[in-house]
Amino acid sequence: MCLSALNPNTRAIVPGAPKVQQTTELQRPLQIPIHPQLLTLRTSQPTLEHHGTGYDLTNSVFSPDGRNFQVEYAVKAVENGGTSIGIRCKDGVVLAVEKIITSKLLKAGANKRIATIDRHVGAVSSGLVPDGRHFVSRARDEAASWRSTYKTPITTKDLASRMGGYLQAYTLYSSVRPFGITAIVAGWDSELELPVDGQVGSGPSIGSGGKVEGMTFGGPGLYMIEPSGMYWGYYGAATGKGRQTAKAELEKLDLAALKLSLQDGVKEAAKIIYVAHADNKDKEFELEMTWISNLDGPTKGRHQEVPKDILEEAENLAKKYLEGEDDEETKDDDKPAEGDKMEE
Amino acid sequence: MNHLPQAWGRPRDDIYGAYDSSYLQSHGPNQHTQQPIVTGTSVVALKFKDGVIIAADNLASYGSLARFTDVKRLRTFADTSVVGFGGDVSDMQYLDRLLTSLDTEEAYSSSGHTLNAHNLHTYLSKVFYKRRSDFNPLWNQILVAGLDGESKPFLASADLLGTTFSSPSLATGFGAHLAQPLLRKVAPDEEAAAKLSKEQALEAVKESMKVLFYRDARSLDNYSIAVITKDGIDLKENEKLEKQSWAFADQIRGYGTQIN
Repeated sequence: MCLSALNPNTRAIVPGAPKVQQTTELQRPLQIPIHPQLLTLRTSQPTLEHHGTGYDLTNSVFSPDGRNFQVEYAVKAVENGGTSIGIRCKDGVVLAVEKIITSKLLKAGANKRIATIDRHVGAVSSGLVPDGRHFVSRARDEAASWRSTYKTPITTKDLASRMGGYLQAYTLYSSVRPFGITAIVAGWDSELELPVDGQVGSGPSIGSGGKVEGMTFGGPGLYMIEPSGMYWGYYGAATGKGRQTAKAELEKLDLAALKLSLQDGVKEAAKIIYVAHADNKDKEFELEMTWISNLDGPTKGRHQEVPKDILEEAENLAKKYLEGEDDEETKDDDKPAEGDKMEE
Repeated sequence: MNHLPQAWGRPRDDIYGAYDSSYLQSHGPNQHTQQPIVTGTSVVALKFKDGVIIAADNLASYGSLARFTDVKRLRTFADTSVVGFGGDVSDMQYLDRLLTSLDTEEAYSSSGHTLNAHNLHTYLSKVFYKRRSDFNPLWNQILVAGLDGESKPFLASADLLGTTFSSPSLATGFGAHLAQPLLRKVAPDEEAAAKLSKEQALEAVKESMKVLFYRDARSLDNYSIAVITKDGIDLKENEKLEKQSWAFADQIRGYGTQIN
């Protein structure tokens, strides 16, 4: 259809050619039909400054060098969002977000950004807030449908897998756009054997279906899901504007050793959000934190907001740390070594 | 060969005659649950000055067979309520899952507000009433024990018909006949219940459980008991009836193998 619409004298140019090439000629990939209106737009405005080469105009299309531009633009949306982090501790998981205050008319503490997905799972995202809300809504549906099918809570890993698949589907069709968020999903899978919903008995103590001694179950889970649908499990995850700073701080914690306690994790999380915000000082922010402890811990395996007193204590420590860091910065240059010691 | 897939694997009409599918049709109206199958017996509960005590044994019977002996019939909700279930065990499991999803949905909003025992009882009684109005009842009698919106002791019952009832002491099933009079002696009205100490109330409930074990053939001497106060729920799920005395059994006439 497109081919026949072309002037036979027009020389087709392979897209992906450098944009310095000034041309009034058509730029179109050979195999991709382009709407005639689009062609006229391009030809009538030859000087139109555009970043891509036509491959970024719709979802689900590869560029010749194998990139999906729409997904990359979604990542840009994430990179401008408030910093979110998650820390996987030995006895729980912490989520924290730097909530940028966009107006003084907003009620302090309202408009939460971290959501409960199921009793034992929470999620936070950086990027477009409405996309994050839809992510949460879908994740809740997935968790509930898992419960109704298997009569057991969804594991953090399975939820991350389901949501990864969901986000990936939004890179495949031209009728949709990718999610403008990177989400961090945190959960605590019950360390008890067989946490079956509606279970009334305890089952046989020996024999078939009995107990295996020394067997362990559950534990902390932390996953980060990107607009492409890619997800990995992390010891510490960070996304949003301050992710580079936050990641650098997270790496200092040696989370892989799994020695950090949840109580200390909360303090570290507050500190990291404050440090990451230091590069973005002109905007005010609120720190929002939630946690999930093991069954013996403060939240008994449930996803809850960090209580006010603990949150305030962590914030005060974070502020104190920042002040100390500023002083050292101005006084001497040995700061990095000092800072490292303070992490221990 | 017959090219219609729905005929494959079926007796061939030309050999066996037309397939008789009459057994697949249901005649008359839809029939839902007509009777409970695996059942739990009584639940007893009593208010006292600081809270409520609720107890139920750990047995699930299949008819007269003591089928499951480790069944937990007390279920906690939101740190302030306990629901005790009598009647059909599978319906109890359904309600347990329903309450789990209710609790999950309550946790979505981070207002910190949770449903108290009063809210929970209202909700469950409406579930029961809806189901009996659909002619598909949930075959249970339940007691909801806990604290209401003003953190005062709350105790009420709901059953498969959607009937609700509230009293300082309550018992379902056989307990309504055997335990209720004993509990009423201890707490005839709200004023009397508001004067009861925890120890007095515990003694009365344990005594009721013992009498029920003596006289209810569908009961067990292993039981669960929960004390709900402002400090939270103290739930013990594997208690044993103490100081049983079967001396009275000699006096019983008219049952079993005895002749006179």
